[in-house]
Amino acid sequence: MPVSTNIIDQTGALISSQEMPKTYWDQRIQALSRLRNISLPSKKDEYWKYTDPQVFNNPSVLLTNVVITDENPMFGIIDCLKLVFVDGIFDKTSSDSLDDEPVELVWLSSGTKDKSFWASNFYGSLEAEAQNRVARPLAAFNSAFAQEGLLLRVFGKVVKPIHIEYINKSPTADVILHHCVKVEQEASVTLIESGAAAARFNKVMEVDLSVGSSFDHVNVQGTDIEGVVSSQLFAKLSSECSLKSFALTINGTLTRHESIIDLVGDNSSAYLAGAAIGGGLFHHDDTVFITHDALACESRQVFKKVLRRGGKGIFQGKILVKPKAQKTDGYQISQALLLDEESQFLVKPELEIYADDVACSHGSTSGAIDEEALFYLRSRGVPDEKARELLVLAFLAEVFDEIDNAEIAEELVNHLQLYLSGYL
Amino acid sequence: MLKISNLKVKLEDEDKVILKGLNLAVGHGQVHAIMGPNGSGKSTLSYVLSGKSGYEVTGGTAELSGENMLDLDPEDRAAQGLFLAFQYPVEIPGVGNMTFLRTAVNSQRKARGEQEMSAADFLKLVRAKAKELKIDAEMLKRPVNVGFSGGEKKRNEILQMAVLEPNLCILDETDSGLDVDAMKLVAKGVNALRDESRSFLVITHYQRLLDYIKPDVVHIMADGRIIKSGGPELALEVEENGYAELLAEVS
Repeated sequence: MPVSTNIIDQTGALISSQEMPKTYWDQRIQALSRLRNISLPSKKDEYWKYTDPQVFNNPSVLLTNVVITDENPMFGIIDCLKLVFVDGIFDKTSSDSLDDEPVELVWLSSGTKDKSFWASNFYGSLEAEAQNRVARPLAAFNSAFAQEGLLLRVFGKVVKPIHIEYINKSPTADVILHHCVKVEQEASVTLIESGAAAARFNKVMEVDLSVGSSFDHVNVQGTDIEGVVSSQLFAKLSSECSLKSFALTINGTLTRHESIIDLVGDNSSAYLAGAAIGGGLFHHDDTVFITHDALACESRQVFKKVLRRGGKGIFQGKILVKPKAQKTDGYQISQALLLDEESQFLVKPELEIYADDVACSHGSTSGAIDEEALFYLRSRGVPDEKARELLVLAFLAEVFDEIDNAEIAEELVNHLQLYLSGYL
Repeated sequence: MLKISNLKVKLEDEDKVILKGLNLAVGHGQVHAIMGPNGSGKSTLSYVLSGKSGYEVTGGTAELSGENMLDLDPEDRAAQGLFLAFQYPVEIPGVGNMTFLRTAVNSQRKARGEQEMSAADFLKLVRAKAKELKIDAEMLKRPVNVGFSGGEKKRNEILQMAVLEPNLCILDETDSGLDVDAMKLVAKGVNALRDESRSFLVITHYQRLLDYIKPDVVHIMADGRIIKSGGPELALEVEENGYAELLAEVS
C-alpha cells in the first residue's frame, strides 16, 4: 500500500526535530534509512488498526500532570543490582556497581571505535531483521536516535537481579533508550525494569541468547497518570535457551508493548506473559510476533487485562511456524475482565503454520465479574468492593504464576494489591 | 431470632411472583425444616433472606434479631449473623480458601466493630474446625471450592459456618448430591454447632436429612406460602405419602 504523503511529511518532521547522537553512527544512519523507507506508523497499518500511533509520531510531547511516586518503591525489599535512570539519563550516584558480577557493561553514549566490539555488530541488527516481516518504524526510529542504553554482556550466572529503575521528573521528558543484552553460553541473568521513564518513552531492547543461556525479564510500568510508552523487545534464541518476559502495567495512558521473538536454535523456550489493569484513558496494546524456525521449541503467551471506566485493551499475537520447525509447541491465551460496559478488548490472534508436526493452540475470552462468585463472597461478609478486588486478583493470578522468581512475583502482587485498595 | 411476616417476592426481570405472603418465625436455638415440592419457592426464600440480586420484595418484612434485613447488603446481613449454606457452592479460581475465609472473618468483625483476628489465631481455629469435619489441610490451600467433590464442597460450607459462628444458619438443600456417609458428616458438623443462641432453617426435599438433623418444627411450603406446620412427624408423613395429599388438603 502506498504510504500517504501525510505520513511521509510526519516522518520528515520527526526526523528533523531530533539530533542524532554521534556514537554508533553507521548503525544509526542505516536505521534512519530503514525508517525513511517504511515511514512512521499510521492507523492504516495492519498492526496499528486499534492503536492510534499519532502521539509517538509528534515531534514533541508535553504532559501537564507528572506524578512522582516514590512512596512505594518497587522491589525495595528484594536484593537487586540497581541502575537508575532519571528522565533517560543514567544516575551513577544512585546506582550499584556491577564490577563484581560476571558481566561487562558499557553505555551506548560512550561509543566505541572497536569495530569488533560485540555491540558494534549487534546494535540494531535484530530490529533490522524484524523489519523484513512486519514494519516496526518506532524501533527503527529508536535505533537511529536512542540517547542512551546499556550494552550488557553476561558471561556467567548473575545471582541478583539487575534492576533498571526509571524515574520521570520533567513533563517534557522525551526519552529514547536502546538496550542490548548478550547472554553468553550457559550464562543467566534476571533483568527487572520498573517505573515511569518519561512523558514519552520509546524503548527498544535487543537480546541475543547463546546456547544454553537464560534470560528472565520483568517489566513493570504504571501508576503515572499520563505517560505514553512504546516498548519493544527483540530476542533471538539459539538452542537450549530459555527466555521469560513478564510485563505488569498499572494505569498510565497509552502503552504499546511489542515482543518480537525468534527461535532459531533447537529445544528452546520463550514464555511471554502480561498483566495490565487500568481505566479511563488507559489504552494497553500487547503485540507479539513469535517465529519458530528450529526443532522442538516451545512458546507460550499468557496475557490478561482488567479494564474499567472505558479502558481499552488490545492483544495482537502471532505465531509463525516455519517449515523446518517440526515438534513446535505453541500456546497463546489472551483474556480480559471488563468491569463495565464502556471498556473494550480487541483481539487479533494469528497462527501461520508451515510445518506439519506441530501443536499450536490459541484462545481468547472477555467477560465481566462473575456475579455468582461476587454474591458468594458478599454472603460471607466480604464487602462488595473488597470482593471485587479479590476477584480481580484472582483473574490475574494465573499470569503471576508465569514468573519463576517467587519473591518478585510476590512483590508484584503486593504492588497490585496496594493499587486495588486505592493506595497507589 | 428470625421473623418473616407476609413476605411477597417476585422476579426482578419478569412478572413472576414466587413468594406470596410467607409467614415464619424461628425462635432462639430452634431448628426449623422447610420441605416442599419443586418450584414452591424454598430456594428463593433462602436467596431473598441472604440478599441475592434478581428478586424484588413487593411486601412484608424479614427480621433478624428484631431488625428488618431486607434493605441491607448481603455483607451486612452476614455481619449481623446470617449464613446461607449454598445448594451449589460457587467455585472461585484464583482465590485461596484461607484468604477467602480470613477476609470474611475479619470483614465481619470489622463491620461489628470488633478486633480483627490475628493470622495465628485464625490458623489455629480453622485447623481445629477442619479436623472435626475431616477436611484435609491440603484442601484449605486450594482455591475456593475448585476441584472439590460434591461432598467436599458441602463440608467446606459447614466449615465456613463453624468459623464464622452465625446466629442464623440457612441450609439450602445441603443434602443434595451427598452419599449417606457424607450426609452424616455434614449433619454431625451442623449438630456440633447447635446451641441455644443459634437457630437453623433447613431446606430439604427429603426427610432423610432430618433423621440426622432433628428439627423442632417442620413446615410444608407450596406455591410461595407455608401451608402446614407441625412436628418432626410431618416430615415422616411427607416421606410416606408425598405432597399430593397435603396440597389437596389445603386447596
